[in-house]
Amino acid sequence: MNLSISLEHYLLLSSILFFIGLYGVIVRKNLLMLFFATEIMLNAVNIGLVAISNYYGDLTGQMFAFFIIAIAASEVAIGLGLLVIWFKRHNTVDLDSLQSMKG
Amino acid sequence: MNFDINLNINISNFIDTSTLLYIALFSPIVGSLIAGIYGASPKRIGIGIIVSSLIFLSFLASAGLFLHLYFGGSIVNVRMMDWISAGDLSVPFGFVADQVSVTMMLVVTLVSTIVHIYSIGYMEKDKGFNRFFSYLSAFVFSMMFLVMSDNFLGLFIGWEGVGLCSWLLIGFWYERESATWAANEAFIMNRIADLGMLIGIFLIYWHFGTLQYDEVFAKVNSIPVDIISMIAIFLFIGAMGKSAQFPLHTWLADAMEGPTPVSALIHAATMVTAGVYLVIRANEIFALVPEVGYFIASLGAFVALFAATMALVNRDIKRVIAYSTLSQLGYMFVAGGLGAYWIALFHLVTHAFFKALLFLGAGNVMHAMEDELNIMKMGGLRKVMLGTALLMLIASVALSGIYPFAGFFSKDKILEVAFDTHNYILWGTLWLTAGLTAFYSFRIVMLVFFGSARYKDFGIHPHEAHGFMLWAMTPLAVLAIVAGLFEHQFIDFVTKILPVYNFSEGIHEIIGQLVMVTTAIAVTGITIAVLSNMFKEGLFTNTFKSNFIYKLLDNQYYIPKIYDEVFSKPYRELSELFWKSVDLKIVDATVDGIANCILSTGENTRGMQSGNLSIMLRLMVIGITVLLISAILYSYADSILTLLQGVLN
Repeated sequence: MNLSISLEHYLLLSSILFFIGLYGVIVRKNLLMLFFATEIMLNAVNIGLVAISNYYGDLTGQMFAFFIIAIAASEVAIGLGLLVIWFKRHNTVDLDSLQSMKG
Repeated sequence: MNFDINLNINISNFIDTSTLLYIALFSPIVGSLIAGIYGASPKRIGIGIIVSSLIFLSFLASAGLFLHLYFGGSIVNVRMMDWISAGDLSVPFGFVADQVSVTMMLVVTLVSTIVHIYSIGYMEKDKGFNRFFSYLSAFVFSMMFLVMSDNFLGLFIGWEGVGLCSWLLIGFWYERESATWAANEAFIMNRIADLGMLIGIFLIYWHFGTLQYDEVFAKVNSIPVDIISMIAIFLFIGAMGKSAQFPLHTWLADAMEGPTPVSALIHAATMVTAGVYLVIRANEIFALVPEVGYFIASLGAFVALFAATMALVNRDIKRVIAYSTLSQLGYMFVAGGLGAYWIALFHLVTHAFFKALLFLGAGNVMHAMEDELNIMKMGGLRKVMLGTALLMLIASVALSGIYPFAGFFSKDKILEVAFDTHNYILWGTLWLTAGLTAFYSFRIVMLVFFGSARYKDFGIHPHEAHGFMLWAMTPLAVLAIVAGLFEHQFIDFVTKILPVYNFSEGIHEIIGQLVMVTTAIAVTGITIAVLSNMFKEGLFTNTFKSNFIYKLLDNQYYIPKIYDEVFSKPYRELSELFWKSVDLKIVDATVDGIANCILSTGENTRGMQSGNLSIMLRLMVIGITVLLISAILYSYADSILTLLQGVLN
């Protein structure tokens, strides 16, 4: 019985992580949790990219993964900064309090 | 006698003839624009003077061109710029000053100058003084465009331009319901005729491949004659509208709602003669189809008599003169239809002089009578307005065709042509009309200027018009007297491009008798008019007025009523039907439905824009999911379809 980890496993993991992230994005009301959820989604994609890159022996996918990590890091830096300011002002990070754009 | 040679001035030595042509054409529009700027501001006498001077400048330039051509200069033809150039179609803004158009230019600008100067006095108390001059000059520009164009499309622009200005000027006193109604009537009648004209122009382009006069006339013999007669008929339909020939004549009498100078310029001297001008201009087309020409002549003779009979009984001074104009236009069409184009043009010119004079005189009378038009309320006015009386008398004598006044020469020539071509019925009709013309002309003169002063019963205090208005009319009076004497010079001049009409040999022997007979009936008409009004108040006693014929004439043969019943009322009912069933229920409902649909979509989806990030994210996820599913479905569309077919079968 071959127990080695194949491409399907990686992609399955990637999909599961992505949907966990997506579920988080949809249901969580806490802004901090939303950030975590998006990070999970981004890394799910990274896993997929790296797995396929390895499968084809093409480094482009891994390059993409690095880009995504860099972008995710900067996004988190800015996003958390905004979040901290928001918390200082409103003393909450609940999503339903962010309704100043309501038309 | 031979002072022509000494006068042999070559105008082109002094000034470029094409410059003259541009001055003649464009100075009226400059005046119109200047007056138009001040259109809404209060009266400025300077506007009237500037505009009149510009029209006079145009007259001088036209006179210059006339002299240039008269002393043997070549025809001036300029191509200002390309207008339409698409595929095979090339229509330039081109203008020509040949013998025919320069004659028209001279008449138009001369009468216009006089009417403009006259209007300074006539419109002095009117609020729309500046606006009036703007319209009037715009009309002169359009008319000049019409006569100077060297192609049919340019003529059509001028044709529509004069129609528009006529509409503006008939409805000048737009706060009056009747004036706007008359303006619309004139415009709509002309639209009907212009459709015919347009079809004629299309046919010309279709078969000749060009619209330039000279190119069309050069090819005219290579086109089948039935096509030529179709073109001639359609062009004549256009002419019928503009020249108010039966059955499109009703607008002209109603057009008298406009200010009197307008009636003098547009509805007597210039615009209504555009139809005659068209027949003269396109003579090479009309000459090929004598049957159409005969139809034109017959219609002309019919209208001459028909309009004259209506003029007999009318009590409105301007309407009588308007019917007289109709009648005289009929005369011109007889000459044009019978191939005597130069005679048609000659009558056009002399008629312009004495008819404009008659209208301007009527304007003076109207002013004196505080806008009263009913000649039954006038009488004895010669005592207060001798100058006007004299001028109108001259015009009436000229209109009646008494030697040596201008009308005698031109009208007599038309009768001679009718006799010469053995159209004795036409001749008889015109002969009878000549008598009627003399009668109604002098009926007006007698009822207005002679007899007892009936106006006193109505508390009117008449006064003579301004001196300068009378002086402005004087040149017309002089021309109404002497214009006929220049007949031979006129023939020599215009027959350089118009065909010469050769009278048969036999006619010369009886020409004396013909002239006598015609003069006799004119004199008889005058005598009846004078006597019947001298000794009793009018020929039409109360018993006469209950006569059927009198009622028929007084109601203009019931034609306006028939038009109203046959065309206007059914049209109105049809319009209402369409308004209620088609427009409201289908067209409006569709448009409203679309608008309502968009509105309700907006209302219903407004909730999405809650500003709540969580809801937006959920919507985004739904959106992405839908897009992904459709992308997958689309990429497997073929296999899904075959699957479905398999299931169905």
